[in-house]
Amino acid sequence: MELTLTNFLLFMVNCVLTNNFIFSRYLGCCPFLGVSSKVETASGMGIAVTFVMALASLFTYFVYHYVLVPLQLAYLITISFILVIASLVQFVEMFMKKSMPSLYNALGIYLPLITTNCAVLGATILNIDNSYNLFWSVMNGVFGAMGFMLAIVLMAGVRERLEASNIPKAFKGFPISLVVAGLMSVAFLGFAGLGKM
Amino acid sequence: MELNAILYAAGVMGGLGILFGLILTFASKKFAVPVDERFTLARDAMAGANCGACGYPGCDAYALAVVNGETTIDLCTPGGQKTLDLLAEIMGQTAEVTEPVVARVLCQGETGVVKPRYDYNGPETCHTAVGLAGGPTMCQWSCVGLGDCVRVCRFDAMKIENGIVVIDEDKCTACGMCVKECPRSVIKLLPKKARVTVRCQSLAAPREARETCDKACIGCKRCEKACEYDAIHVNNFLALIDPEKCTLCGACVQVCPTKCIEQLP
Repeated sequence: MELTLTNFLLFMVNCVLTNNFIFSRYLGCCPFLGVSSKVETASGMGIAVTFVMALASLFTYFVYHYVLVPLQLAYLITISFILVIASLVQFVEMFMKKSMPSLYNALGIYLPLITTNCAVLGATILNIDNSYNLFWSVMNGVFGAMGFMLAIVLMAGVRERLEASNIPKAFKGFPISLVVAGLMSVAFLGFAGLGKM
Repeated sequence: MELNAILYAAGVMGGLGILFGLILTFASKKFAVPVDERFTLARDAMAGANCGACGYPGCDAYALAVVNGETTIDLCTPGGQKTLDLLAEIMGQTAEVTEPVVARVLCQGETGVVKPRYDYNGPETCHTAVGLAGGPTMCQWSCVGLGDCVRVCRFDAMKIENGIVVIDEDKCTACGMCVKECPRSVIKLLPKKARVTVRCQSLAAPREARETCDKACIGCKRCEKACEYDAIHVNNFLALIDPEKCTLCGACVQVCPTKCIEQLP
């Protein structure tokens, strides 16, 4: 894929809207529901995911192309990528605890959840499947995570309003959130076909 | 498959693991954050059930609140006196002796004792059953025995027997989760020493109470007259024992015509 402005913009639209990780690939639903109760924490989570996904794309690219492929160990892709991502998240957690304690407290238990977040693993494996080069791999990570962030922040906005609205008891909490997620997913279906490359 | 392929795979995974392990070890030293040592001690002093009885989301949060002086040290009911003493020691406060309490079921409406209103076949949850036409039992204060409390109990202290919940006093830590869960407030936290309890909360008039349940308190006041210590009083057709005055003599138990007062061993 050539690096032109058109390609770049199309790629961005494709990653953020058309192939949104949550609404069209259904990856990363756990933090999407878990951390979307406040816009503040949701955007924090989005930033953390963006950071981790970009770094994970970068590192897994090297691990795959310079370690796994030369040794004909491409079948170890899943387990080795999980290892890379888990270590990265641990690292990010330690780093945040030291230098950004407020964000660390806000994310709480959900930061370690990125370790097992399928969206991060999904992004890195998609990079390999689509044979992106280093630049596009990192871009896929960044924009994919931005799509995730868009989804989670929108969701948090809706859920903040839901808190104040009169919802039947049986629907309170997660049921109504899942209904909202479904409706948002339908809305994002409207982007289908946009940004085809 | 050749042996080499296996060796390479093991070597690569092992190598990556060791490499990342080293990086993380280095990072944990480099980014170490000093933790208040009282926090670790306080967390270890808790019962560790993460039950939420204290009102905080888990033992960690409560331990932090205690250490920061945001709250009192007596909120961990499952830990009881032991936790209180330890926390008092850690925080340099004096521990007060607390009266041990236990959850008690104030109803004896077993199947066959309380009259059924209808045959309930809906979802197996008390909240739903209670909301349907006044509940499946004629008595609106009775346990419906569908076990919402059993499901919230973290200590395996409750079970349903003959259509009513039974609490194992030895396992109960008085965390109060069942008390909050019960849609009819059948379960109450009472002092452990209160061995004589009126196991009924029916405020129904005598005739209605008699018609709905065999073991209801009908407000006949015989117990009130039998008590020599002024410990039992009938208000709104319901007898209530003051555990401070009760001497566990058992006179009220003898005279109760419906056997709704129970003396525990």
